[in-house]
Amino acid sequence: MSEQAAMRPPIESGCPDGFQYMHPTMIRNYGNWAYHEDPEPGVLLHVAKSGDKIWTVRCGTQRILDLFTLRKLCDIADEYADGFIHFTIRSNVEYMVAKEEQVQPLIKAIKDAGFIVGGTRNSVAMISHTQGWLHCDIPGTDASGVVKSMMDELITEFQEWNMPNRVHITTSCCQINCGGQGDIAINIQHTKPPKINHDLVANVCERPSVVARCPVAAIRPALVNGKPSLEVDEKKCICCGACFPPCPPMQINDAEHSKLAIWIGGNHSNARSKPSFQKLVAAGIPNNPPRWPEATAIVKRILKVYKEDAKDWERINDWVDRIGWPRFFELTKLPFTKFHVDTWRGARASLNASTHIRF
Amino acid sequence: MVKKYETPMLDVLEEGPWPSFISGIRRLANEHPKEMIQEMTHSLLGQLEHSYETRKGYWKGGTVSVFGYGGGIIPRFSEVGDAFPASREFHTLRVQPPAGNYYTSSMLRQLADSWEKFGSGLVTFHGQTGNIMFIGTTTENTQHFFDEINEYGWDLGGAGPCVRTAMSCIGAARCEQSCANEHKIHRMLVNNFLDDMHRPALPYKFKFKVSGCPNDCQNAIERSDFAVIGTWRDDMVVDQDQIKYYIEKKGRKYIIDNVVNRCPSQALSLNDDDTLDVDNRNCVRCMHCLNVMPKALSPGSDHGITLLIGGKRTLKIGDMMGTVILPFMKLETEEDYERLVEIAEETIDFFAENALEHERTGEMIERIGLVNFLEGIGIDVDPNMISSPRQSSYVRMDEWDQEAEKWNERQAEKAAS
Repeated sequence: MSEQAAMRPPIESGCPDGFQYMHPTMIRNYGNWAYHEDPEPGVLLHVAKSGDKIWTVRCGTQRILDLFTLRKLCDIADEYADGFIHFTIRSNVEYMVAKEEQVQPLIKAIKDAGFIVGGTRNSVAMISHTQGWLHCDIPGTDASGVVKSMMDELITEFQEWNMPNRVHITTSCCQINCGGQGDIAINIQHTKPPKINHDLVANVCERPSVVARCPVAAIRPALVNGKPSLEVDEKKCICCGACFPPCPPMQINDAEHSKLAIWIGGNHSNARSKPSFQKLVAAGIPNNPPRWPEATAIVKRILKVYKEDAKDWERINDWVDRIGWPRFFELTKLPFTKFHVDTWRGARASLNASTHIRF
Repeated sequence: MVKKYETPMLDVLEEGPWPSFISGIRRLANEHPKEMIQEMTHSLLGQLEHSYETRKGYWKGGTVSVFGYGGGIIPRFSEVGDAFPASREFHTLRVQPPAGNYYTSSMLRQLADSWEKFGSGLVTFHGQTGNIMFIGTTTENTQHFFDEINEYGWDLGGAGPCVRTAMSCIGAARCEQSCANEHKIHRMLVNNFLDDMHRPALPYKFKFKVSGCPNDCQNAIERSDFAVIGTWRDDMVVDQDQIKYYIEKKGRKYIIDNVVNRCPSQALSLNDDDTLDVDNRNCVRCMHCLNVMPKALSPGSDHGITLLIGGKRTLKIGDMMGTVILPFMKLETEEDYERLVEIAEETIDFFAENALEHERTGEMIERIGLVNFLEGIGIDVDPNMISSPRQSSYVRMDEWDQEAEKWNERQAEKAAS
């Protein structure tokens, strides 16, 4: 009884009101902004219809923040940025200031503290990523480590405006793809069916829901060694790993056979073309901690060709739409295989039913 | 004595110019005054190194929640807890951020102080669904930490088959392209469904995302079940002096190549006197020309939203974009906002009743057809919902006359109003 009395019912307050944490210049001009300029990489200047101005300085961090780092970010806000902080969808930190003379000291403080100013306009933005080995229950690889390794090599592209248009990179540690769509996406691709621990299945897994979870109906109930379990038709299995989350004894992750694949051309914006999904360009890349050099090398190769060949304002999908996929594979020297030809539902729509061919 | 582990592979991630998450965790392990934090983070580094060596993850889910709720926590129990006992329980609390992700340092410090009492000292702003992720605490401290921050205004987000934490862009607070009050839409929608968020009982997850313009910085169309996108329906605003200024600065060829020729519906043309001609009836509000020349071109003033339903990621039948359900809706009066919430209620009710277990809204629509879904939520068909009409003649159409009559009636009503 005493324990129950101690339980405190939650206050279901939901999503907090953001206005209480908003810079006063932003509150004052809410819904009344006129235009913006980009004074330098990592810095935005927004001008309101009232004439008020606000400068934003954007910086990249390690995303997994320890309390020391979080307080360091707060110290910078207190000393240089009126105490306000905004986080972007790609986990960058933004400081907003209402006076131009605050901008350079703020940039200096951010750099001195070890954070990286950039990520605006036609740069390579911060890689959006997931939890990986640090915290996920089904990861095929790490997330923060892959991103740290890649950003170490792409840091100049984050800090400068070298790209034809912005480049959003994402990573995902399984084929559910929590990292989302990206101009370039580096995702786990399993290549072998799950290894089943039949002793555990009956106790751990709700078998009908595991059967239902399979996208290709390759799982069926079976008696194995006299125990109720599940079996996989390995000829049908696409090695996606969808059975692993609801049934951990169906281990999909494999130190050797869980590979990385690279996809390009995902674009969430409606600008120019309609939003697009990413397409497979490379696979079979070793999952190679702690630095994943093979994956980074391919990303850099794609970026180099994109930078040289795309026109201003073309996102990666716009660029490939213009030059065509054969040219993409020619320029990047990535092998084109039978696995690039889609076999999933709606696949015929991805085939070339015309004589539109570039020579 | 705090147990430490050799981590040669992770040590490599302390090198290089980008800020290192390993250095941050190690600083907690070596320098934080609190022994609990030292122990947990050393142990975490040990397990992570083990993952790097064996290329496997060692966390398993389970059932952990706070009193009164059924979700909001990502439970993590270590499968190798005997080797790394101090992080044997390492749960994450998903906490809803303020709409738009605005923070002050004093509020962040308050959260940091609470987390220091009860957790590992690791936090992320934000996870891919949009939650503040407080990473790493025990089952017992999950409750204590929640109790403390809940008292000063923070609530858990969603985890499991439920309405999830929403996301909205910075929008009207700092962006000239914003055509909506993202903040208000976000809070009205999600705060109307807190019961569905905190007590997971839907077929699967349901996500709201709000972007103030078709640039869709929140990836709403691609990754939310209910995507609200700001737009406008009158003419875009053109400042011809600024157009001339851009041409002077960048050259005529640049404007032709990068603005006029990139218009997806060929709605732009450059006049001989270097003014810009806009065919507003054929402008699809893609945002490209406004992005290139934000000083010269702006959205019109007849703002509203487009609603798309059914976006999602890969599991189970493949990636899906949201589909247009409402081409345009004004959001001016309180009744307008209430109507939007009502559509969300209809959608979630229909989803709850008709989706299969672990089926997302978009997959349900794929299975039953858009028209059945529209009839279920009481919305009429509209040619803006499709890319093209049907190509296959294999359909039964004996109610054609009645359906054509409905369209004619709606058109007549529209003409009369």
